[in-house]
Amino acid sequence: MNRVSKHFSLALAGLLAVTAVAGDLKIGVAEALTGGAAQYGVPIRNGFQLAADEINAKGGVNGNKLVLVIEDEQGKKEEAINVFKKLIFQDKVLMIFGPTLSNSMFAAGPVANAAKVVAFGTSNTANGITEVGPYVFRNSVMESDVLPVTVSTAVKHYKIKKVAVIYGNDDAFTKSGYDVFKKVLEDQKIPVTTTETYVKGDVDFKAQLTKIKATNPDAIICSGLAEEAANIIVQARGLGLKVPFIGGNGFNSPKMFEVSKTAGEGTFVGSPWANTNPNAANQHFVAAYKAKYGSDPNQFAAQAYDAMTIAAAALKTVKITGNLPADRQALQEALPKVSITGATGPFKFRQAAPKDGKPSGYDADQKPFIYVIRDGKFVLFTGK
Amino acid sequence: MLEQQLINALTLGSVYALFALGFTLVFGVLEVINLSHGAVFMVGAYAAMTAVTRFHAPLGVGILAALLVSGLLGLTIDALILRRLRARKAPHLIPMIATLGVTTMVTSAAQGLFGVEVQRFPEAMLPTGEFVFGEVHLRTLELGIVAVAFLLMALLFGVMRYTRQGRALRAIAESPKAAALLGINVEGLFMLTSFSAAALGGVAGVLIGLDFNAVTPMMGAPILHKGIAVVILGGMGDIRGALFGGLFLGFAEVLSKAYLSSQMGDAVAFGLLFLILLVRPVGLFGRVLERKA
Repeated sequence: MNRVSKHFSLALAGLLAVTAVAGDLKIGVAEALTGGAAQYGVPIRNGFQLAADEINAKGGVNGNKLVLVIEDEQGKKEEAINVFKKLIFQDKVLMIFGPTLSNSMFAAGPVANAAKVVAFGTSNTANGITEVGPYVFRNSVMESDVLPVTVSTAVKHYKIKKVAVIYGNDDAFTKSGYDVFKKVLEDQKIPVTTTETYVKGDVDFKAQLTKIKATNPDAIICSGLAEEAANIIVQARGLGLKVPFIGGNGFNSPKMFEVSKTAGEGTFVGSPWANTNPNAANQHFVAAYKAKYGSDPNQFAAQAYDAMTIAAAALKTVKITGNLPADRQALQEALPKVSITGATGPFKFRQAAPKDGKPSGYDADQKPFIYVIRDGKFVLFTGK
Repeated sequence: MLEQQLINALTLGSVYALFALGFTLVFGVLEVINLSHGAVFMVGAYAAMTAVTRFHAPLGVGILAALLVSGLLGLTIDALILRRLRARKAPHLIPMIATLGVTTMVTSAAQGLFGVEVQRFPEAMLPTGEFVFGEVHLRTLELGIVAVAFLLMALLFGVMRYTRQGRALRAIAESPKAAALLGINVEGLFMLTSFSAAALGGVAGVLIGLDFNAVTPMMGAPILHKGIAVVILGGMGDIRGALFGGLFLGFAEVLSKAYLSSQMGDAVAFGLLFLILLVRPVGLFGRVLERKA
């Protein structure tokens, strides 16, 4: 490139940058919108869209509109990498939200980290995600922060001596939940009568539950997603198994009550979010989501909604220069300082412990709430 | 505990059998491994779901809707794809792949139309009855599935063996060309078979959707895998084989979960299947194909 045209293109770039300042903040969204993981990816996309629309309706961030570039990563590692590359190098987004599954973040996170672009997961709860590097963020609370509190609260309330465990063993999310439960039970010295498993797509759990019933536990610990968990509980009651359930993060969904209003009675759940959380931001979110999409939001939508709020709060403090690498870097530096009160309650980041001497990314620093199911609703547990 | 596990096995086996009946019927007559049967099954469940939730129809009407919608889908698949492939004498692999494509298309369409999330029948709509014998629990719905699976098997078996249509179908299964020469309306019976098999699949979709009360666009895939195993085990194309193959798989799965480990359920069930096929390569009820040469 000769000197003149170089200057010319620089000037042109400057011009473009000027229009960008008064224009759009491009945010990439890479979520699973088709395939099996779409049941999480779609509510997550909805959460982002709702938050971005609300922010734009109020005049955007410092007068700039948020523009979402939404891509489908199909819940596959390979697709997540492709989509990340497209968003970073072709669409030139400021940062990326996603991907949906922990597995995919392990694959695509390093791409973003190497390109010095923030990858912000809202649904990845597996351990070690943020060890990928300082550009990996998440506002999804790790199970290891939630489950110890859930178990000890339930054990105290029901005077539990021994428990049975059932979990989905072919899914990173439910398996990681089980690993945490296992450690918690060891730490709290609670004997396990039997450990049963199922796989994704199973709808018949009666064999496992009949076996559990024969071991006579005081409670059943279940690491599963709401769809399966609801069926597990209903089938347990159908077999005359009446002990309470203790659930992982997957239980946090109104779907728990779709199969049966009554079967889940007395179930203990720990969560960063529940639809009945009375704080104003959450009440607004639940109502706005329902008005826009015609269905109740779930935890994944709530965390996505909050994540967009967090990003907007960070962007508010960033002076957008139009120099993409500098703007991306400024955003990465601004994010850890954000603290908000959103649909999931008070939120701030916590830097993960460095791995092999290299700096890590940022995890959610959030206190879990313990809920108990009473009369077909999640009720904040107050010790009674 | 054993009594309850036997009941669990019987109901699960009947679920498999119910699905496998339509699947095996198509293979027996059309000699097509119809991989779209899982999708047809799912469409049946959604047809009933739409009828009861959107049009507030009673459950009986929902089941009827499933029967018709799935049957018509089966007919459409036959008319648009299978018939053309038959006319071109396409090798066996081609219709199998074509129906696999249909599955992908129908599943994606269902995701677009109904969303990807699990849908449930309204709680008030479900039969709630339950029989309790000591420690053993059996729900009316489960009993219904077992009864329907056995009844349909008996009915299909009777039709195939003792009626004119049945004889014609068996003649077609022997040789479509010879059957046509004898004046049998081969294409007509192919259409009838496609409709009935798909309608059966649709009804299975509703019953199983009701039993587990979970309807999703992906619900056809896991049961299709089991269905293929059941049909291979029972003997490709044999009606009795579908029932006994289904029951066998149900018992093997439940009992290995109960007495070995729940991780091993499928491993043991499919391991046994493998062993049986080593001894009887044509399946439990399959006949040796002598005229292959």
